[in-house]
Amino acid sequence: MKRFVPRMLLVPAVGTLFLWMIVPLAMTIYFSLISYNLMEPGDHDFVGLDNFTFFLTDPSFYTAVINTLVLLGSVVVLTVLFGVAMALLIDQPFPGRGIVRVLLISPFFVMPTVNALMWKHMMMNPIYGVLAQLWKLFGATPVDWMTDHPLFSVIVMVSWQWLPFATLIFMTALQSMNREQLEASRMDGATYLQQVRYLYLPHLGRSIAVVIMIEAIFLMSVFAEIFTTTGGGPGDASTNVAFLIFKEALLNFDVGVASAGALFAVVLANIAAIFLIRLVGKNLDR
Amino acid sequence: MSSSTPPLRVSPTLVARTIAAWFVTLVIFFPLGWLIVTAFKTELQAISVPPLVVFKPTLENFVEVQDRSNYLLFAANSLITSVVSTLLGLAIAAPAAYSMAFFRSPGTRRVLMWMLSTKMMPAVGALVPIYVLAQTTGLLDTRLLLIVIFTLSNLPIMVWMLYSHFKDIPHEILEAARMDGATLWQECRQVLMPLVMGGLASTGLLCLVLAWNEAFWSLNLSSAKAGTLAALIASYSSPEGLFWAKLSAASLLAIAPIVVIGWFSQKQLVQGMTFGAVK
Repeated sequence: MKRFVPRMLLVPAVGTLFLWMIVPLAMTIYFSLISYNLMEPGDHDFVGLDNFTFFLTDPSFYTAVINTLVLLGSVVVLTVLFGVAMALLIDQPFPGRGIVRVLLISPFFVMPTVNALMWKHMMMNPIYGVLAQLWKLFGATPVDWMTDHPLFSVIVMVSWQWLPFATLIFMTALQSMNREQLEASRMDGATYLQQVRYLYLPHLGRSIAVVIMIEAIFLMSVFAEIFTTTGGGPGDASTNVAFLIFKEALLNFDVGVASAGALFAVVLANIAAIFLIRLVGKNLDR
Repeated sequence: MSSSTPPLRVSPTLVARTIAAWFVTLVIFFPLGWLIVTAFKTELQAISVPPLVVFKPTLENFVEVQDRSNYLLFAANSLITSVVSTLLGLAIAAPAAYSMAFFRSPGTRRVLMWMLSTKMMPAVGALVPIYVLAQTTGLLDTRLLLIVIFTLSNLPIMVWMLYSHFKDIPHEILEAARMDGATLWQECRQVLMPLVMGGLASTGLLCLVLAWNEAFWSLNLSSAKAGTLAALIASYSSPEGLFWAKLSAASLLAIAPIVVIGWFSQKQLVQGMTFGAVK
C-alpha cells in the first residue's frame, strides 16, 4: 500500500510516453507493409517489402544518405573545433566577457525558420546580400549560394545555430577545471599549448563526446532549414533523409513508402542513441 | 559569471585575447545584428547597394507586418501552444519525478533510461502516423494537436530535469514532516513546493524556449488557423517579393522575447539538453 501512491504518480508520464512511442511505431510498421496513398482511397493491399525496396532503390535515397552524413559530419566537426576554441578563448576574464557570452549564445535561441531566411535573403542573396557586397568589395564575383552550393549553405546555417550550443557546453565543462593544477603546470614552465594538449583537452573529452552524440541525434533530421530555403534542391542536391521522407509523405502522399523510409531513419538515429544512453547511464550511477 | 573578479593586469596576452574574442563574437553575432538593423529600415533601404549603415529608423514595418499577415494570430498561437504545453508537461512530469526521486525502486533507473530513449526518436519517424491520425480525427491545424505534441516531445526532458532537482533535496525533511503527521498532500504543498519552485521554474523556462522554437511539427501540422510564428516566418521564403524589412521586423518580434529568456536559462539548457551528462 505504501508503494501504491508513488507508483500511481508515475502512471501519467509513463503512460503517455508509452503511447507516444508505441502507437506511431506500430502504425509506421503497419503502413510500411501496405500500399497506401492518401490520394488513392480504396484497398490497402499487403505488399510485403515492396515499399522498402522502392525507397532504398530510389536514386534520391543514395544522395539523401550521403547528404545527411555530409551535413551531420561537417556541422559536428565545425562546431566542436570552433566551440572548443571559443570556450578556451573566453575561459579567462577579459573586458566585456559577460556581454561576449550573451552575444555568442544568442544564435541558439533563434528559431530555425528565422535563422534560415536571415541567411538565405540578407546574407546569401547573390545581388543584395551582405556576402555578395563583401565579395564585390574584394573584387570577387558574388556567389549564388542557394543555387550553386545549396548543401554548403545549409551547413553554414545549421553550424551557426549549433556553435553556441557546443561553446556553452564546453564553457560549462571548463568551469570545473582544476585551477591549482593549471597554476602548478604553469609554475613548472608548461606553455599554453602544452596545457591545452595535456590538461584542457583531456578534461573536455567527455563533454566533446556528449556534444557529438546530441548533435548527431538532432542533426540527423535537419528539416526546417532545408524546407524554408532550398526545398531540398536544386534537384536532390540538399535533400537529406528527413526531407526525403517528408517529400514522400506530404508531397507524393505515399504513406507506405514514407513509412519504410521513417523506419530506416529510426534505425539510423538509434545507432547514435545507443552510445549516448550508455554514457548518460554511467553518469546516473554515480 | 558573477564570481569575484580580481583586477585585470594589462598584458599583451590580455589585449590579444580581448581583441580576438570580441572580433570572433562580432562576426558570429553579425547576421543577427544585421537583422535587427534591417527591421528598422524601409524596404528600399533594406536592399540598397552598398548596404546602408546610417539611416533614419522607421517603425512602419512593425505595423505592416500585422497588415500583411495576421501577425497577432500567429503570435497568440505560439504563446498559447508553448505556455499550455509547458504547464501541462510540468503537471505530468512533476509527480513522476517526485515518485522516482523519493521512492526509488529497482525499476527507477530503467524507467529514466527508457524515457531518455523516447527523446532519441527522430521526429520524422513519427510524421506519417501522426499526420494520418490528425487528419482522420480532424485535429490537423489545431492548437490542441500542437499542444499535445509539444508536451509529449518535451516530457522526457522535463522528467529528467525535475528528477535531478528533486534528488538533491534531503529526504530527512520530508520524513520529518511525515513524522509530524502530514498527509501526502500537505507534505507536497507545504514542504516540497517551496523547495522545488526554482526547479519547476527553470525546467518550465527551458521547455518554453524549446516549444516556442519548435519548427518541424508546426511546419507540417499547422497552417492558417493554428500556425505558430515559426510557420509564419517560413511563409516569407518566396523569392518573388523581397520584403526584407518586414521579414526582419516579423523575425525580430518572434525571437526577441525568447532570446532574452534563453539568456537566463543557459544553465538549464546545458543540464536539460545533455540529460545531466555535463554539469
